[in-house]
Parts: sequence; C-alpha cells; structure tokens
Amino acid sequence: MGELLAKEREEIFVKFLEHMNLTAIAIGIGLLIAFPLAVYAYRHKRFYGPLTGVSGLLYTIPSLALFAFLTPYTGLTMVTAEIGLVSYTLLILIRNIVSGLDGVPEDARESALGMGLSPRQLLWQVELPLALPVIFAGIRLATVTVIGLVTVTSLITYGGLGAFILEGIQKLDTSLSILGGVLSLVLAVLVDAAFRRAERIATPWAQSHGVSGMT
Amino acid sequence: MGLLADAFRWLTDPAHYGGPNGIPTRVLEHVQISFQAVAVAAIVAVPVGLFIGHRRRFESVATTIGGLGRALPSFGVLGILFGPTLAWPGKIGYWATFIALILLSIPPLLISTYVSIKGVDDDLVEAARGMGMSGTEILRRVKIPLGMPLIVSGFRIASVQSIATATLWGVAGGGAIGRYIVDGFASQNRVLLLAGAILVALVAIATEFAFGVAARLLSPKTTSHRNMPGAPPASAPTPV
Repeated sequence: MGELLAKEREEIFVKFLEHMNLTAIAIGIGLLIAFPLAVYAYRHKRFYGPLTGVSGLLYTIPSLALFAFLTPYTGLTMVTAEIGLVSYTLLILIRNIVSGLDGVPEDARESALGMGLSPRQLLWQVELPLALPVIFAGIRLATVTVIGLVTVTSLITYGGLGAFILEGIQKLDTSLSILGGVLSLVLAVLVDAAFRRAERIATPWAQSHGVSGMT
Repeated sequence: MGLLADAFRWLTDPAHYGGPNGIPTRVLEHVQISFQAVAVAAIVAVPVGLFIGHRRRFESVATTIGGLGRALPSFGVLGILFGPTLAWPGKIGYWATFIALILLSIPPLLISTYVSIKGVDDDLVEAARGMGMSGTEILRRVKIPLGMPLIVSGFRIASVQSIATATLWGVAGGGAIGRYIVDGFASQNRVLLLAGAILVALVAIATEFAFGVAARLLSPKTTSHRNMPGAPPASAPTPV
C-alpha cells in the first residue's frame, strides 16, 4: 500500500483536486438554486410540499441511473456529472434552509418588526443568522453526500478518487480499488469533521434544541 | 423522444424476459440482495437501537454511527471490499456488494430505532409505570408501538438506499439491474443505458411508495408522537 501511495502520488493529487472541484461546483450551484426556492417556500408554505416532493423524487433515483439517464442527452461530460450531483444537493439544502428559518423564535421576529425592520432586513439581519446553524448542517450533509457520489461519476470519466476504484475493479487490480476506496472514505470523514468544527466556531449561538432539519 | 420510446420498447420486448440476463432475473437479483442486506442489518441494528433508546446508555455510540453512516461513500466501501472478497464463492462482486449494503443499512436503522424509542413522551412512560408495567413491558407495549412509524421510516430509508446502492453491483461484477447500465456504457448503447436507468428508478420509487403505504397502516391511532423534536427527517436516504 505504501509503495502504491508513493507511485501514484501525483495522480492521487490530481484526482483529489478533481474530486474537490466537482464537489465545490455542485454545492455552489446547489446553493444558488436552493436558496431562493427555500426562502420562497418559507414565505409561501403551499409551495413547500410540491418543492420537497420534486426534489425528494430526484433524491430517490439512484445516481448511477441518473447519470445513465443524462448521458444519452448530455454525453460523457462534466455537465452530466454536475447535473446529477447538484440534483442530490437540493433536497438537503432546501429542507435545512426552510427548517432553519422555521426554527427562528417568534419573539425574535416580533421584536425585529417592532424595531421597524423591513421584511428584507428581517431576513438578512435576524432570521438568517439565527437559522445559520441548521443551514450549515445542511451544507455539511450535502457536501459529504456529494463527495460520496463523485466516486460514482468515475463511470462518466469525471470521478475524482473514484477513478482508482473503477480502474482497480476493471483490471482486477484490487490494491488500486482499495486505495481509491480508502482515500474517498478518509476524505469524506475528514471533511465531515472539519465542517462540524467550523460550525461550532462560526455559530457559537447555535442552539441544539428543537431543531428539526437533517443533522 | 425517439430514444425514450426505444427504451420503453426494449423494456417491453418479450425477448428480454428470459435467461440469466433477462429482466425478471436481474430485477429479482436486485431486490433480493437489497432486502437480504437490510434484513441482516436489522438483526444487528434494531436490538441495539432498542437497547440504547430504552436504557439511554451508550447514546453517543448511536449518534456517532448515525453520523458516520452519512459520510460513508458507497462506491468507496465497495472498492475496499471488492479485493478481499474476490475469491469467495458465488458471483463476482456479490459479497462485496452484499457486505457494503449491510454496512450502509445499519446507520439509518440504528438511528431511527434509537430516536423512536427515546422520543416517546415521558408522561406516557410514567403513566405506564404507574399502571404497574415493568421496564420490558413499557418497551414492548408502549414505546415500540408508539415508535413504530419512525422505525418503519428507518427501514424505508435503508431499503431505498440499498436498492440504489445495489446498482453498483453492475460495476463491480456485472450483477443485478446495474448490469444493463454498465453494458450500456461499455457498448455505447443508449437505449440499453436508458432502459436500465428507468428500471432501477422504477424499483427505487416503488420501494419508497410501498413503505409509505406500510407506514400509514402501521401508525398507531394517536397524534401525540408526531412532530417530535430531534426526529429524523421524513425522507432522507443517502443517495448513492
């Protein structure tokens, strides 16, 4: 294993960067889509059910199947990989943003309105900061989920560390597939731990009670 | 739309309904490995979850395993297991897939069982104790029935996730429905690719739907247990 690590050092670095890059793009685009939808659904409750229904359906479809669906239309491209990855972030992000906002105490909202804050100021200065711990948890979950899914995109040639797993399986070179498996696992666990730490430091006002988002 | 029509024609072609690579065989393989794995995982996870939730001991074990479970990349776990199980009897990749499915099913089962038992209203437990029930009776006759909807939702999450992950058997050995997708990629056969994708998606959605029905049937006739704080979300399998 040590030998293999040394031999593949450069390749590992390249694949690691690819892995992180694919993940970051998916989370970025996912947030851009999820945030306005979630704020809208928070204000118009009727919209929440259909929204989570659709994103939940996307979430249920196995990733390999989703990539297979898209490939005939968008080819073996990074677009295919990202459409798939982004669609798995939506449910987690939307649900956590909405439940974070829902968890804002009514008192805080009322006193802000009493102080003369506009709805926009209320959102940005009161509701979002208070919802941040739950939103953060959502971003962490989405990130870790995408890191796991990127290994599967190796089938459409954009797989980051998953490329080692696939190559190892195809060539029956099992030390290679173990290498890829261990690296992707370590990456996911480390990113998860780093996020949890950052959450605690960034939002010391986080309350642990009464939170109903995914944690 | 021509492509989609071709895929549906492929799926309904009687020629694809026989033999070891026929649709019934592949679907059966898929469903079998998925549910057997959930069953094995349940044998481990449910008793442990009941114990931790009931006695409120080793709670950090449940939450740690639950959190870790979300971080496990399914294809990564499969990659690690593929080599060591290669020489085992049976089809190539079967054991690696099966063990990976078990490992991935344990966290959602454990966490939902634990939370369901822990979350039962303290007043109800007190009332049951006042009626003279022993600890075991309280677990069996009060906590488990009230926790049932959440326990079922744990099974749903584990099952849907298993169905999704079992697709990877196609990559690691060419079994189950994933086989069509992998063959579709390899031969650049877009119809086969799409047909396989539709088939897996249908099985996954059917599983989700069946559990929705089961949850409604198994729910006790009470509302006091709903909207429990800290309850896991209604629908959150890890996509794979």
